[in-house]
Amino acid sequence: MNINFTLISQAIAFAIFIWFTVKYVWPPLLRAIEERQKTIADGLAAGERGRHELELANQRSSDVLKDAKQRATEIILQAEKRATEIVEDAKKIAKEEGDRIIVGAKADIEHEVYSAKEALRKHVAELAVAGAAKILRREVDIRAHADMLSSLEKDLRK
Amino acid sequence: MASNTELTPTSYIDHHLTNLTFQIKEGGFWVLHVDTLVTSVILGVISLGFMWLIVRKATPGVPSKRQAFVELAVEFIDNEVKNTFHGDRNAFVAPTALTIFIWVLMMNAMDILPIDIMAWIYEHVFGLHNWRTVPTTDVNTTFALALSVWFLMIFFNVKVKGLGGWLHELFCTPFGKNPLLWILNLLFNFIEYVSKPLSHSLRLFGNIYAGEIIFLLLGMWAATGISGTIFGTLLGAGWAIFHILIVTLQAFIFMMLTVVYISMAHESH
Repeated sequence: MNINFTLISQAIAFAIFIWFTVKYVWPPLLRAIEERQKTIADGLAAGERGRHELELANQRSSDVLKDAKQRATEIILQAEKRATEIVEDAKKIAKEEGDRIIVGAKADIEHEVYSAKEALRKHVAELAVAGAAKILRREVDIRAHADMLSSLEKDLRK
Repeated sequence: MASNTELTPTSYIDHHLTNLTFQIKEGGFWVLHVDTLVTSVILGVISLGFMWLIVRKATPGVPSKRQAFVELAVEFIDNEVKNTFHGDRNAFVAPTALTIFIWVLMMNAMDILPIDIMAWIYEHVFGLHNWRTVPTTDVNTTFALALSVWFLMIFFNVKVKGLGGWLHELFCTPFGKNPLLWILNLLFNFIEYVSKPLSHSLRLFGNIYAGEIIFLLLGMWAATGISGTIFGTLLGAGWAIFHILIVTLQAFIFMMLTVVYISMAHESH
């Protein structure tokens, strides 16, 4: 345990080592570490921002979805209303058409009835003339009694 | 060992604890312990050079395994310093703490090398009869470090508080400003300033030196016979494992005390 010049030499070596570390070892590593810390911090901030944006996008998409659903409902309602209208219109038109057909048919029927009556009158008149001719046989002349026959026909027409 | 003298326990221990000396000039002080200086400088150059080589190519991106290892050490030191020192630690204090921790750790770790095998290597490979492997078992090393820190402490005291401020602190703390207490304060501070480097250096020296002595005693036991060899080996292995803790712990304590002393120099009472 004797103190000697070794102490001085060790102190010098120590000083040189400290200088070396302060100047060459510490700063580059510290720079690298600090830069990495910054990168990590930036990354974390970016992640946070991304999360926030995702939240916003989710909200927006749900809004859009809600809107779309509402509009779809409206469209369906409108379509149903329109369909009902169309059906009502069709019913109305069909009814009118039917009425018109019925009216036409009635007119036809009346016409037919009229013709049939006409034909019957003619037949009845002829039958009456034939009957009268058979009864009267000789006296009755078609030409002499034309007036009487036509007046009879008139009566029948009434 | 390969000395020509008769091998006795005393000569065995003496042999292991004798420095390789170099006389620079006449006089007891002008002696250089070549082994201490060379070993410590080689260790410092290897460990700090290793860090420098890795740090030179340090990338802020994904670090290589070696860079991660260095970063681990650096961040460990940086955290310890951050908790104690409140100022710009990157300018000086933290790198100094790193230097001390790494260097002292390396020097202490030399203690784990098996003493007799190392002595044989020094003797037969390098032709060196006396060579002490562990620089921190040389009190010159620990005092050199502690005194350097001591001067740094005074330097920062003067730098931060000014010469007047420092003198004021010497005379007026810790008991008060009363002129009657000046002498007492000064005495108290004097004791503090003397005890700091003493305890700082002797703690490291004592722990490592004692560890070395225990290795030597176990080595001597191994020379007594078969049972001695077995127990000496087992206990030597156990002590070496335990010594890993001591080596690291002492390096850490030395570093922490340095940081604490320099921090105290920055803070006024």
